[in-house]
Amino acid sequence: MTQATVYPDSHHDTEPDEPRALWGMLAEFDDVTEVVHAARAMRDAGYRRFDVHSPFPIHGIDGAIGIRPTILPWIVLAMGLTGMTIGFALTMFTMGDFALAIPGPPGAPPLEPYPYLISGKPHLSIPAFIPVIFELTILLSAFGAVFGMFLLNKLPLLYHPLFQHETFKRATDDRFILVVESRDRHFDPEKTAALLKKQGALCTEEVLY
Amino acid sequence: MATLTTQPEPPTPAVDNTHDDPRSRATLVLGGLNLTTLTDRVTGIAMSRPQLWWLAAISISLSLLGYLGLMIGYLVVTGPGVWGNNQPVAWGFPIVNFVFWVGIGHAGTLISAILFLFRQNWRTSINRFAEAMTIFAVMCAGLFPGIHVGRPWLAFWLFPYPNQMAMWPQFRSPLLWDVFAVGTYATVSALFWYTGMVPDLATLRDRSKNMIGKVGYGIASLGWNGSSRHWHRFEKAYLLLAALATPLVLSVHSVVSFDFAVSQLPGWTTTIFPPYFVAGAIYGGFAMVITLAVPCRKIFGLEDIITWRHIENCAKVMLGTGMIVCYAYSIEFFTAWYSGHHYEQFTFFNRPMGNYMAGFWAMTICNCVIPQILWFRRVRKSWVGVMIAAMAVNIGMWFERFVIVMTSLSRDFLPSSWAQFSPTWVDISMLVGSFGLFFTFFLLFLKFLPTIAMAEVKTVMPQGHPHTGPGGTMRPDEMSTDYRPDEQPEHGGTH
Repeated sequence: MTQATVYPDSHHDTEPDEPRALWGMLAEFDDVTEVVHAARAMRDAGYRRFDVHSPFPIHGIDGAIGIRPTILPWIVLAMGLTGMTIGFALTMFTMGDFALAIPGPPGAPPLEPYPYLISGKPHLSIPAFIPVIFELTILLSAFGAVFGMFLLNKLPLLYHPLFQHETFKRATDDRFILVVESRDRHFDPEKTAALLKKQGALCTEEVLY
Repeated sequence: MATLTTQPEPPTPAVDNTHDDPRSRATLVLGGLNLTTLTDRVTGIAMSRPQLWWLAAISISLSLLGYLGLMIGYLVVTGPGVWGNNQPVAWGFPIVNFVFWVGIGHAGTLISAILFLFRQNWRTSINRFAEAMTIFAVMCAGLFPGIHVGRPWLAFWLFPYPNQMAMWPQFRSPLLWDVFAVGTYATVSALFWYTGMVPDLATLRDRSKNMIGKVGYGIASLGWNGSSRHWHRFEKAYLLLAALATPLVLSVHSVVSFDFAVSQLPGWTTTIFPPYFVAGAIYGGFAMVITLAVPCRKIFGLEDIITWRHIENCAKVMLGTGMIVCYAYSIEFFTAWYSGHHYEQFTFFNRPMGNYMAGFWAMTICNCVIPQILWFRRVRKSWVGVMIAAMAVNIGMWFERFVIVMTSLSRDFLPSSWAQFSPTWVDISMLVGSFGLFFTFFLLFLKFLPTIAMAEVKTVMPQGHPHTGPGGTMRPDEMSTDYRPDEQPEHGGTH
């Protein structure tokens, strides 16, 4: 297939578009082995600002692209420790029999412990508080894992130049789309396309802003 | 192990993937599906017009849900007296139904989290499905304690919040632990389910032809674009969630069992309850997975993705956990006898011989006798046999909770305070109506959301990983079910 330059909005515009800047280039692959080799070749050629979009996580792609390990586990650890602290503080404060008053919300009485005396059991019975502390640890860790992952990925994402391409729609189906940004200092429309073609790309398209 | 060939030709796939020898088993996904046809098959359900049976099923479910709504309205305006609950049987049907539904809700997280950590690749076809089941079952479960509190409009008193009474909930009470355990479980399960679904929602977004689908799936998929950097963090988040959900799922039903075990009542106050309840929850949950999966795979034409091997594996898990449950039943009798405790001994004499003996024998036959047919390979291979076993467990597990709640409460220490519980029509209606709640959501899920975790299934297909044979060719074992991409032998060698 020859190199196709696509102007995505042209089909419904009557007036010619203003010339738009080049965002980058995408190359379509239909084989997972080829795209991993292509990614490795791109990295070997000095490219850094490129990515592979795939319908599922590819084994070995992290090394081929050079993706550094995420800091997500540390976020989860921090959130988990926060949850544990909250659980511990909540149970110990509310069940304790000490005179301590925290100013409450405006117009409300101060927050004070409410020591229940049940069967003469100690007020601060930590073993009985463990279920609540544990559940809060898990809850906040899970929040950290999910929301941390989405935020680190900069999701939700409202718009991306790639979304204009019909070819890109198959990145969630059965194709592997290698994308190079024009910001990369090695980027050159012809040379990059030639390199990707050599690696077995089915087609390459220029991506405009 | 076969020697390596340089030819990229896969070995002839056998049609049967239930074979005991992994070397002659076909791949997990049958029917020669590749990445494209797999997406077609799964998204086809959401993209096509609803079928007649679906419309009929959702009408029935919605009617039942409406009936449940009416019953709750009747309860709220009249009071808990519409139930058969009395003193001493104050827990009645609502708690039986709560434990029943929350138990069903355990198989989903077990399949998604625990089997994920154990690298059981076959889970990928059914985990989405089972997680959806979990969430809807936990919704049904959450309903019953909510309306059982007597004044449901004050159910928020369960939560620790600063209030004008200057009171806090009692943090040493298992009933409060339950609030935290079930609340956390519902939240984490929903997050786990949704997170795993985002890439598949993006597939539906890119496949949608109409505006509603594009906008709806577009918002739900958060702009997911399959970037490898995103996948890297996604996989890490998924692994961490699985690691967090595993102790969570075990803790939730343990905490539910503490509601009983921490009390002083004969028949309840035993230390075997937490493991026994967890095993029972998995048992009942897998029965429900089978009950739902066997018809769905047929109706939606998903037999190549949810293969019979999946059903057979679920049946084996059911058989295994069923044995644990039956062991727990018998050890309870032994402990009662061995304790020398009169009230305990009476309770366990009363179970098979007393006022609720029908419930006890229904439980024993359904949970301990009928599922034993699954020992036979021929039964496991027939849908009738597997469905009989699964339906028996569904019924039996409800009766288990009935027996636990009713026998101990209705016959406690003092004969003068004994009383019989019998359900009213409102009790029965609410139990039936809760199935309407469950199936309404489940049918909506089947129709509008990705039923199969496509992205995950693709990773276990031979097309899903780079070939590692010499010169980038396919190794013969890549076609096998037990292929582990992470454990690669040296190139050109055998293992």
